[in-house]
Amino acid sequence: MLQIHDLRFAYPDQGFALSVPELTLEAGETMALLGPSGSGKTTLLNLLAGILTPITGSIQLNGDKLSALNERQRRRHRLLNMGMIFQSFELLDYLDVRDNILLQGRLCDSRRSDANLEQQARQIAEDLGLGDKWRRNSMALSQGERQRVAVCRALLLNPGLVLADEPTGNLDPDNKITVLRKLIANCKRHRRILLTVTHDHSLLAEFDRVIDIASLVHKQSPRDG
Amino acid sequence: MGDLLYLSVQYIRHHKLKLAVLVFAITLVGWLPIAVQIIVDQTASQLLARADSTPIVIGARGSPLELSLGSLYFSTRTPETLNYAELEKVAATGLATGIPLYYRFHSQQHPIVGTTPDYLDYRKLRISTGRPFALLGEAVIGSKVADELQLSVGDAVISSPESVFDIAGVYPLKMPVVGILEPAFSPDDNAIFVDIKTSWVIQGLGHGHQDLANKIALGQILKKDGNNLVANASVKQYNEITADNIDSFHFHGENSLRPISAIIPLTADDKATALLIGRYQQERDDVQIVRSQKVISELLDTVFTVRDYIVAGIAVVAVATAIVALLVFFLSLRLRRGERFTLARIGASREQIILLMATEVVTVILVSGALSAMLILLTHQYGMQLLQQLLLS
Repeated sequence: MLQIHDLRFAYPDQGFALSVPELTLEAGETMALLGPSGSGKTTLLNLLAGILTPITGSIQLNGDKLSALNERQRRRHRLLNMGMIFQSFELLDYLDVRDNILLQGRLCDSRRSDANLEQQARQIAEDLGLGDKWRRNSMALSQGERQRVAVCRALLLNPGLVLADEPTGNLDPDNKITVLRKLIANCKRHRRILLTVTHDHSLLAEFDRVIDIASLVHKQSPRDG
Repeated sequence: MGDLLYLSVQYIRHHKLKLAVLVFAITLVGWLPIAVQIIVDQTASQLLARADSTPIVIGARGSPLELSLGSLYFSTRTPETLNYAELEKVAATGLATGIPLYYRFHSQQHPIVGTTPDYLDYRKLRISTGRPFALLGEAVIGSKVADELQLSVGDAVISSPESVFDIAGVYPLKMPVVGILEPAFSPDDNAIFVDIKTSWVIQGLGHGHQDLANKIALGQILKKDGNNLVANASVKQYNEITADNIDSFHFHGENSLRPISAIIPLTADDKATALLIGRYQQERDDVQIVRSQKVISELLDTVFTVRDYIVAGIAVVAVATAIVALLVFFLSLRLRRGERFTLARIGASREQIILLMATEVVTVILVSGALSAMLILLTHQYGMQLLQQLLLS
């Protein structure tokens, strides 16, 4: 379960502040976060990931209180418990599909020696239709395939929370629905929380919950307190 | 650590061409200045060692450098000559005995050095197979000559004509090899040693021909004037000295007037050396006595100056290469900014990211350093030989 309580954040020296009084997401729940550019969607995602630190308030994921962790611990927590998906895929161009999917595992001391990790990676790749691209360089793939590799990478370590920042933003209509459905299906099957930022209203029907960030947060000037 | 290394290896494999060019450039600028230093230093020590073992040389008036290089390395093609009588004059001083050298002729690229067997003792040259030259026409060859010409005792070397266009020039002389020297790692390895008289035969100052007193040769005599016979051109000249014809070889005129290139004076001590130099410098205008060490040192000063210019030039190139390499690393780090960002966002630690980024730089520096070190070692071992072979070929 993801619980946010009285979360406040402001960028120093910028006229932007974010405040989320309350938000709870259950395991296996999928949510789309809507809102215009600059409304704070990505900022909220970064706060949930522990990349940004809130001024006040708490974020708890399955009982772990993120705000109590230091930066090093937050990175580790992110590595072990979260899957990150980006609009521009963020694959490493010198790695093939296998190594890109295994990247998060290779960075994780406790999972590196896991003999089943490659098997799991292979299974996820098969599920997302990448079985025949296993040793192909990621730059030789289509846009849709690249995003599927990014999804596989995010899912490899069985995270409790998947944060996706416009994951279908660079995909054609056929691919975006395919990728999103596969992602949602996987999250449902493994009871992961999926929080997706999107501008695409045609995809909203796929999610359990759709929230406009304007209704969720109090966006204010820092002076408002 | 192993997985980070694996990722680094993947990065290097993917960018192998860029990194190979960098490694090549850095290796080259790391190796070249040191290689130049090594080769120049080795050359200098070789030159000085030879000069140290031959402190003074006497020769005809002319360039001291040419005399030194000629008498130490047999490198002068047409040396100025002095008379063989000079040898007796050296002995007459009571300060030294002398070893004559006549190094005007060649067999292919190898100098033929006319001297006495004393030269082999003086240079401590040991015979590996065969024996020293004893008879007219016999040759003892250096180890490199034997290797390069594939010669062994019993084979023969033939002197090369000085000019193929000189139809009136001397005939090539075929000389049997009677001994092969052990490697001395000096210019002697590349030389063919013969008796001084053999070198005069090569020049045509001594010769052997058909016996004109023989009845068969009567038809070849044009004129008889007392003991002197004048024969026509059909008289057979020998171009090989054998046991059968050696008695027919003879010289016209006085030995004392025959040419030699230089004399190595053998003095008893430093005092005798100083006295001999003083006496020659004061009393003799027609010949020169040179201190080889001084002449070679002056030559080396020039070589060192050239070396310093070369090293300075390479140092400038090295600085430019280092700047370019830094720029490449900097640009590469900038290009990898997205990668760093991604790694940070998925949870990689700062240390992991630094390690991944540093691998490129560390690998290039380590590989270049290792290659440079290997090349420096090879240069130290074989650089001099390789350079000599290149120069000879």
